[in-house]
Amino acid sequence: MRVPENVVDDPTERMMEVELAGVGDRIRMFELDRREFLRLCSGGLLVTLVAGSGVLEAQESGRRFSGHPLPQQVSAWIHIDADGKVTVFTGKVEIGQNIRTSLAQQVAEELRAPLASIAMTMGDTDLVPWDMGTFGSRTTPTMGPQLRTMAMNAREMLVEAAAERWKADPGKLVAENGRVMNPATSASLGYGEITRGEKLTRTLAGDPALMPATEWRIAGTAVPKVEGRAFVTGKHTYPSDVVRPGMLFGKVLRPAGFNAALVRANTTVAEKMPGVQVVRDGDFVGVVADDVWTAEQALLKIDAQWTVPPQISNAELFAALKKGAGDDGQSEIAAAMQNAEVKLEQTYTVAYIAHAPLEPRAAVAEWTEGKLTVWTGTQRPFGVKDDLVRAFRLAEDQVRVMMPDMGSGYGGKHTGECAVEAARLAKAAGKPVKLIWTREEEFTWAYFRPAGVMEIRAGVQKDGMLTAWEHHNYNSGPSAVGTPYKVANPVTQYHEWREAPLAQGSYRGLAATANHFARETAMDELAHAVGMDPLEVRLKNLDDARLQAVFHAAAEKFGWGGEPSTSRRGFGIAGGTEKGGYTAACAEVEILADGKVHVVRLVQAWESGAVVNPDGLRNQVMGAMVQGLGGALFEQVQFANGKVTNASFAEYRVPRFKDTPPQIEVVLIDRKDLPPAGAGETGIVAVAPAVGNAIFAATGKRLREMPMEQETGNGD
Amino acid sequence: MAELQLNVNDAERRVEAAQDEPLLWVLRNKLGLTGTKFGCGEGQCGACTVLVDGQATRSCLTPASAAAGAKITTIEGLERPGELTPVQEAFLEEGAFQCAYCTSGMVMAATALLREHPRPTADAIVEGMNGNLCRCGTYPRILSAIQRAAEKLARREATHARA
Repeated sequence: MRVPENVVDDPTERMMEVELAGVGDRIRMFELDRREFLRLCSGGLLVTLVAGSGVLEAQESGRRFSGHPLPQQVSAWIHIDADGKVTVFTGKVEIGQNIRTSLAQQVAEELRAPLASIAMTMGDTDLVPWDMGTFGSRTTPTMGPQLRTMAMNAREMLVEAAAERWKADPGKLVAENGRVMNPATSASLGYGEITRGEKLTRTLAGDPALMPATEWRIAGTAVPKVEGRAFVTGKHTYPSDVVRPGMLFGKVLRPAGFNAALVRANTTVAEKMPGVQVVRDGDFVGVVADDVWTAEQALLKIDAQWTVPPQISNAELFAALKKGAGDDGQSEIAAAMQNAEVKLEQTYTVAYIAHAPLEPRAAVAEWTEGKLTVWTGTQRPFGVKDDLVRAFRLAEDQVRVMMPDMGSGYGGKHTGECAVEAARLAKAAGKPVKLIWTREEEFTWAYFRPAGVMEIRAGVQKDGMLTAWEHHNYNSGPSAVGTPYKVANPVTQYHEWREAPLAQGSYRGLAATANHFARETAMDELAHAVGMDPLEVRLKNLDDARLQAVFHAAAEKFGWGGEPSTSRRGFGIAGGTEKGGYTAACAEVEILADGKVHVVRLVQAWESGAVVNPDGLRNQVMGAMVQGLGGALFEQVQFANGKVTNASFAEYRVPRFKDTPPQIEVVLIDRKDLPPAGAGETGIVAVAPAVGNAIFAATGKRLREMPMEQETGNGD
Repeated sequence: MAELQLNVNDAERRVEAAQDEPLLWVLRNKLGLTGTKFGCGEGQCGACTVLVDGQATRSCLTPASAAAGAKITTIEGLERPGELTPVQEAFLEEGAFQCAYCTSGMVMAATALLREHPRPTADAIVEGMNGNLCRCGTYPRILSAIQRAAEKLARREATHARA
């Protein structure tokens, strides 16, 4: 089965216990790294953070753990040069979630330096410390505090150095705006002047006392996207825009279906085309040429035969999935169910969907004196580096991966296939090669958000109190399979399917979308069954004050309960929590004369601790709402016999302007007393059930399949 | 391959291109104008939108040879030294992007839209922009940016009229 080992296990879903023995070896490795790094730096102040600090949490692991010296204990470096320019080095990458800005804000805050003085070097494996990858909403809760700790220590060191120079009491000095000042003498030195270009280093350990969010002046504000101007002028270089001297363009021959074997490939005609080189290595067949067009034409001239084994289609998917994931059909809450006054037993499904990032996978590979350099769009630069090291049997120091801020990912760019392919082509061609996947390749040869079947058995008393709860997820994943509602002895379980017909992997929110759809639809069904308001039933069964708060906030802004649903207009609500984010959504749908559903209003409340950048946060949450409408209503990968049959934007429908609710609002709750959590994902989870519940309120028709198009006619 | 003469961003450029070679690849790979993006190659996403004689055009489906003799404007051709267009300014001010890979195409499509409909209604913007995809889902902000740009253009015209 075509299930790449490196995308199945999402480390955020299955954290492994981190092995801390042998830290000494890793620190030694770090020292080597640092020496090399210092050689590259012109001098100045370098701050690193190593094991021992309370804030430094081991990075997520679980993916390719063996053979890699993980977890390394250094996660970032901050360097301040003689001109006062601050450079932050982190393995996290910018893919549209705005961390280039939000992390810089946090460094500026703790360092007390102007935001403009801070530059982020991200995802360059030669310059930044090892990092697991950018996913799981982990940047804000882990990288944020680490950088803040380093910045705070850097500030202290600078104050101490200035105090020494002035023979002053460091406690009487003030750090502000990139300078240390002595109010008593009016003396003042820029940070760069204090370092005097010397190499000062400090290795930190110990618990930090970070600036409380209530005192933030740069963090916590709506700073615009760093380098925003480069994006409206076309000047930003995305991975697919990288150009190298003498660069050729590549194309790869794709199999006729999944799990296909190459019978033969006649490349004679292509080989004779001027400027074309055919690259063959077993079943790998590719071409390179001076321009894309010629490479495309050459690829079309290759006559290949494949054998494709019989494979299931999406029509047979759920039956196969239930069978394969080992359903025994036995309820584990039989006694509780028996005693429940009102019972619910329902099945919900979610389809395979595609990430479809607007920038497809892209890589430029260049071999120079045995060293391989690849520029590519990925959420895991070090993972791609590992792929390249393995594929070409290279040493670690022979591979460099660079990740220019890319055209999004949504969990869909964890893998390095395109980088390996570009490197193979470049090696054979003896010149740099650029490879950009076509949209069809992206829709077919990437991986997908897993399809799933969710079964819920639940019981309530007539007063709306939950008394029994059982939730099984088959194949789509364990994220948010647990219920936030209070109920005695709930059973929630994820059942793995090892025979999945499509490559499966991460997606924004992982299985939390599927599990929220099932749970929040079931809660709505229970509320209607006992004749109570769906919000009231939820609040009645909730102890979690943060979740209650977002429900109240969304309901208030929306005017929940103010107007009853009619056959033409329905109101729905849903909410939940995952990865430290709390969300509740209210939807208003209009049922058109032809029965189609139009989502006319969405209001979503969001809380994820202290807000680092309210503008970026609103943007993320609203984007997740819009994206969530696609999976809710019409996105679905169609496949048969090892082929995706709707591998284009013409056939695979994603949300467009017309699908966007004319009224869409985000209500932010800023909890300055709580540490910030990541916010890139969980904003997507409540949209589908809120819309489905609104459709039910209007039509009386309960939709239990995502996408809901099958039953609403919204697919066309 | 044949030599083509293209007028791109007010400059005459000579390139070698095959008869059917899309304008997109010529702009990106032969003229170094990578601000125009590849998103789908089938005219469905709008990331490759450029202006050909002022009309929003999908450069992925337009042979470069068909654009010879016309005035081609790409995202790089909008900015005057140090001065963004009202549409570019409005996108920045509204923060109307996340990964921003769609932004070039959005800005070009919006520029053409506002030339045709200087004061578009929200419905007209949705209708006019529906062929441009933003997978990050920033449509509400893009809509606001285009409305803001329309206001800027109107103010600018009023200023010119007074002057």
